[in-house]
Amino acid sequence: MNFLDLIWLIPLFPLAGAVLMLLTGKWLDPQPPSDVAVAPGVEPGGAGAPLANSLAHHHPGALQNLIRIICPGMVLVSFVFSAGAVWQLAQLPKRVYEVRQFTWIAAMPFHMANGHLATFQVNWGFLLDPLSSVMLLVVTGVGFLIHVYATGYMAHDNGFYRFFGYLNLFVFFMLMLVLANNYTLLFVGWEGVGLCSYLLIGFYFHKKSAADAGKKAFIVNRVGDTGFVLGMLLMLSVLGTVRFTDVNAALRSGQFPVEAGYGVMTAMALLMFFGATGKSAQVPLYVWLPDAMEGPTPVSALIHAATMVTAGVYMVARSSALFQLAPVACAWVAGIGAFTAIFAATIALVQNDIKRVLAYSTVSQLGYMFLALGVGAYWVAIFHLFTHAFFKALLFLGSGSVIHAMGGEQDMRYMGALRKKIPVTHWTMWVGSVAIAGIPGLAGFFSKDEILWQAFSSPKGSMALWTVGLVTAAMTAFYMWRLMNMTFYGQSRVKPEVAAHVHESPAVMTWPLIALAAGSVLGGWLGVPKLWTVFGEGFRAFPRWLEPMFALSGPESEHPASTEWSLMILSVAVAAGGISLAYYLYSKRPDIPDRILARFKPLHTVLYNKWYVDEIYDFLFVNGLCKGGGSAMGEFDRKVVDGGVNGAGWLTRASATLSMWWDTWIVDGAVRFTSFSVKLLSYPACLIESGRVQTYALFVVVGLLTFLGYYIAR
Amino acid sequence: MHPVTTVHYLALSAGLLLIGTIGVLTRRNIVVILMSIELILNAVNINLIAFSHAWHNVSGQVFAIFVITDAVAEAAVGLGILIALFRNKETVQADEIDLLKW
Repeated sequence: MNFLDLIWLIPLFPLAGAVLMLLTGKWLDPQPPSDVAVAPGVEPGGAGAPLANSLAHHHPGALQNLIRIICPGMVLVSFVFSAGAVWQLAQLPKRVYEVRQFTWIAAMPFHMANGHLATFQVNWGFLLDPLSSVMLLVVTGVGFLIHVYATGYMAHDNGFYRFFGYLNLFVFFMLMLVLANNYTLLFVGWEGVGLCSYLLIGFYFHKKSAADAGKKAFIVNRVGDTGFVLGMLLMLSVLGTVRFTDVNAALRSGQFPVEAGYGVMTAMALLMFFGATGKSAQVPLYVWLPDAMEGPTPVSALIHAATMVTAGVYMVARSSALFQLAPVACAWVAGIGAFTAIFAATIALVQNDIKRVLAYSTVSQLGYMFLALGVGAYWVAIFHLFTHAFFKALLFLGSGSVIHAMGGEQDMRYMGALRKKIPVTHWTMWVGSVAIAGIPGLAGFFSKDEILWQAFSSPKGSMALWTVGLVTAAMTAFYMWRLMNMTFYGQSRVKPEVAAHVHESPAVMTWPLIALAAGSVLGGWLGVPKLWTVFGEGFRAFPRWLEPMFALSGPESEHPASTEWSLMILSVAVAAGGISLAYYLYSKRPDIPDRILARFKPLHTVLYNKWYVDEIYDFLFVNGLCKGGGSAMGEFDRKVVDGGVNGAGWLTRASATLSMWWDTWIVDGAVRFTSFSVKLLSYPACLIESGRVQTYALFVVVGLLTFLGYYIAR
Repeated sequence: MHPVTTVHYLALSAGLLLIGTIGVLTRRNIVVILMSIELILNAVNINLIAFSHAWHNVSGQVFAIFVITDAVAEAAVGLGILIALFRNKETVQADEIDLLKW
């Protein structure tokens, strides 16, 4: 079977699942009466809240099992086809496979920046190369595991079919995004995943906070998309094409159809990057991601940790040739990435909601990826994306399992000592936490350490970037083990009414956890540091696989191996330090954090309230720019627009009055004056016209006699 | 005794014409005015017959018969108008009928 030729089928499987679910789901999975579904006071659907949700329980029909098979099955088939296609791609000599399905936007002429006429045509085509194949496998592979997990997690939820319909639709759009062979088609997927993200964040739409979070995510993403679209249009006007291969060829050769300098490239790169900050939750547009935790936990894992939020990273990596030409833009990417990493990590340090910690952790890890992109280490960014997909999906699903066990409780202050009660969840999350903390041997270490090393050694890197990364690494280790300790170790603070129900999740949920844990352990071994010469070249498969994409350019670092070793040891040391500190503070001496809290109350308040960024945005943009601008526009409307209309009305009336005066006195006056003067002049003639016939007859006789007399007398 | 000559007829005719004309111009009653018009027409008839007799030409007498016929028609039409007028104005005084002006 030639999987490469069937590449177009890969996105169609989830699409078929989605269409089937959304069209026939109501019939497959009948809903309980709606008054139960939205019973007041019942935590609706509640993040797999079987306890609080017991009123809304309904017993799944036999047909519901069909959904359980179809939806994950579609993604599994996609995964198999993807794996086959990637395997066959590896056999090709040039490892690039591009196929054009059909013309999507028919050719039409347009003027490029220099005024020359060019043709704009977009094909519906797919591009499989090392970069998109990594994304492809992550999306379908991790996506499949999360689908399986969700069949268990969402079992008691209303709208089971709707959830899986959206989830499959999301996978379809994500596959379109990663398989697209041009920016315009990528944008279709880009917007599609945004839509699905909105639908799934607002899945419990009768809960106001969830509906608001969905809207927030959608709107914030639109802000970023503006940048993306502008960047795309700029690219079109300068390069005349949006097809990846053409764009990259033009940029690498330096032969642009339009004379374009360094500034244009920088603008283009920065606009693209602005789009990426929206989708990938970077400062300043990260605010939607923590709120996105209102969605069901599998959604958080799939969309807001493993796949969709990495779309920005993918897009920037895809545009690497462009960013190579714009060093200033790269510096911005690295700076924003590093700032986001440490900024989000500080917030994660003090949050009490288990999912919120993970959300900020995700923002922070995405910051790492952008840091890597900014210093030109594109493959490392993709590598971190790859490992992060495993361990962050694992952690989210694990947290979902905890929440499931706790009957919907998300506050870590009411957890503790759950280790024995939910052992599988504990062990898999333990693996994930070790991985993200950066302990050697697990996936996170390899990718994060490589990022730190590149931040230090790359020509675009600097000591400052490395320091920020290192501090963030320490914080990461601390907040993850704070989470672990508060959840699984120490004293139990579980509410008594909840404690009785704490139970391990069903196998359908634990097996994906185990599979992801395996990935979190093994995933990193595809890209061991160069220094570890003990391991063969096979352990550097990841960089070698991506090598043709990015042509790992730049001079080899001239730093001695000892520097790299010591930096590596340092990063492991801070990770271990963070872990031990968290263990000491939250398991051994739980009284100390409270004392620290009391001591640094203002700082804690600021961190707990997320640096008040939401409030600042509310003040500046929501209330300031939108509402303030709205009322300013209202004033403008009332004063200027209405004023213009009213003024025009007044002017018309005034001129009409004037015109009427003129008509009455001048025009009519002239007419009446004429008639008056005629009357006046004709008055004597009127006097002889008496109307009496005899008078007339007298005139006749007199006249006759006059003429007669005249002729006789002559 | 002088013989009656054409001049005598003409004098009579002139007298009738004068009386008729003065009647038309001075009398107020429209009936009398119509009668005055008859006088004028008869003055003409006398003229016509006088000349016909003088010159031995019968055409003048034929004309006189035409004039009589005409006078009858005129009297009929005139009295008809007068009745219509009286119905509207309830008067036959000529000086009270003065609408035909500016």
